[in-house]
Amino acid sequence: MTSFKNPKADQSRFTGIQAQSLLLKSVTTFILAAGAAIIMIPFLYLLSTSVKDRDQLRQSPPPLIPMAADTVNINGQAEPLYHVTVNGQARDMALIKFRPGGKALFVDPANPDQTFELVIADQVPIKHVEIHFENYPKALQQMKFNKLLLNTLLVTFLGMVGMLFSCSLVAYGFSRFRAPWLNVLFILLLSTIMLPSQVRLIPTYVFFNKLGWVDTLLPLIVPQFFANAYDVFLLRQFFMTIPLELDDAAKIDGASPLQTLMYIIIPQARPALVSVAIFHFLYAWNDFYEPLIYLHSPDHWTLAVGLQTFNALYAVNTNYIMAASAVMILPPIILYFLAQKVFTQGVVFTGIKG
Amino acid sequence: MNFSSGKRTLSLARREALWAYAFIAPWTIGFLIFTIGPMLASLFFSFTDYNIIDSPRWIGITNYVNLFHDDLFWHALGVTFKFAVIALPLGMVFSYTIAVLLNSKIKGINIWRTLYFLPSVIAGVAVALLWGRIFDPKFGILNPFLEKFGIQGPGWLSDPQWAITALVIMSLWGGGGNVIIYLAGLQGVPTDLYDAAKVDGATGWQRFRYVTLPMTTPVIFYNLVLGLIGTFQYFTEVYVLTNGAGGPARSTLFYNLYLYQNAFKYFHMGYASTMAWVLFIIVLGLTLLIFRSSELWVYYEGQIKGK
Repeated sequence: MTSFKNPKADQSRFTGIQAQSLLLKSVTTFILAAGAAIIMIPFLYLLSTSVKDRDQLRQSPPPLIPMAADTVNINGQAEPLYHVTVNGQARDMALIKFRPGGKALFVDPANPDQTFELVIADQVPIKHVEIHFENYPKALQQMKFNKLLLNTLLVTFLGMVGMLFSCSLVAYGFSRFRAPWLNVLFILLLSTIMLPSQVRLIPTYVFFNKLGWVDTLLPLIVPQFFANAYDVFLLRQFFMTIPLELDDAAKIDGASPLQTLMYIIIPQARPALVSVAIFHFLYAWNDFYEPLIYLHSPDHWTLAVGLQTFNALYAVNTNYIMAASAVMILPPIILYFLAQKVFTQGVVFTGIKG
Repeated sequence: MNFSSGKRTLSLARREALWAYAFIAPWTIGFLIFTIGPMLASLFFSFTDYNIIDSPRWIGITNYVNLFHDDLFWHALGVTFKFAVIALPLGMVFSYTIAVLLNSKIKGINIWRTLYFLPSVIAGVAVALLWGRIFDPKFGILNPFLEKFGIQGPGWLSDPQWAITALVIMSLWGGGGNVIIYLAGLQGVPTDLYDAAKVDGATGWQRFRYVTLPMTTPVIFYNLVLGLIGTFQYFTEVYVLTNGAGGPARSTLFYNLYLYQNAFKYFHMGYASTMAWVLFIIVLGLTLLIFRSSELWVYYEGQIKGK
């Protein structure tokens, strides 16, 4: 249909307001693009650094694309090649020795006996792209990645099961029933969101220590089975949007409240459950404080603690640290792209308002 | 199990209440074991000398007196406040502005949103390590970038004068989580309000100032309160970047880091509990202050509608 329109007719209807909004949109896009560049550059730096070798790490400023100098063999030594200008003539020569005053000795590889003393700054080093993917397996092996990954997955997924199970029950209790003090308890629950965790940290540690659970994964998993304010709140807000008629129909059919939860509410609330599951994954995967406190022996570390220690021990190996970091952020990024909608449409957050 | 035919029939209301209590039991039990219990216990510990091996010894208010004479306590409090005063307002303005931009109707907006939220999903050790390298004066990328504009960049994390600023920059980069919440708030503003404002001849700025901003104050309020609490919990980044020391020259010895050192490095569990309770009281006081002030600047739609 639109193809029949005369484009000139459209242009003539191009009013001032449209021009203004087009300008606004262009400015918005421009600012967003600039910001996006700032967000993406650290990621590029991460990837680029992770595939450099030791020599490439020493280049300052660091090139974004990992480069290495072309070398040539002179008397059994690998020497860097330069595009040099000698007597107005452009030639490729190798730098063999540094001299004071920013100068160096250059030789033609074909005729290594004749040296030329030239100012280094005037010559152009010859470089090629050099990528060291082997940093990845090396780094992962050094930090015992498999063991750390297993621990992290255990903490993340067992905790997720506990969180989904307990928070569904509690959210259902707070969204579908009337009982004395229930509102007070709900406000109490919400207020724990604002409670600084330090105030309960030490006795909790002492408690787990008495149980003999320190240096096991249990202190990171078991508390998840006792619900948490944030996820209960999000789930409750969602449960409230599920029509009560469905509950009533189930009740007439003789379903118990537990059956109603399992067969009516849970299937309806899948988007909300998926959302809190994703948030839990991100939280547990990235969590550092609690694993640091509870896990002492390297065999029990999670990735976050392992990576920090890896850095504390081998900070000079920036390439390996960055390779390990890249691997650590990969699962959250993949999950994020798979579940974009949860984030970009912010469905579950709308309950926060007022 | 048909109760209704039995003699001791539970009234419907009581049965409903029992179900409710049963369903919320996981939280109630957890609240007693992992919140109220530990809170009271740490209050008790704060009046004791306790190293976790020997049983706690009651020493009255000694810990509190020592704390007020502890220079490092005041220093850590200062560092935390300094960070809060810079990072909180800056972060809020930044994330709010980005959220407004991401709420506009331009092509491919979901791609932009995806990009902007990305840093928030990977927050943690890896990001701290990455920024540690970016800030490196020689091999990082920040200073060479500044140099292009003729600016001689500082030593950032190795310079006591600049370390906090470096952490602020890092926190701004990772602030996508707040953007998501602001965006949700912006999307919740009813479109008929904008239409009404347009009919009244309001300009774009006026629509923002008199419709968008007031309608999103509850979300701003929410982010302000949680941001404040978050600042006092600030830990991972500074622990990773300073190997738990809070350097250089203690310039990044945040409150939570100092508390951690006392509790889990020196095992001064009593003293650390005192710090935890003082922190709790400070955060509670500030939160109440924000709540009080919220009557002046937070607008709740429900209040007008007579909720």
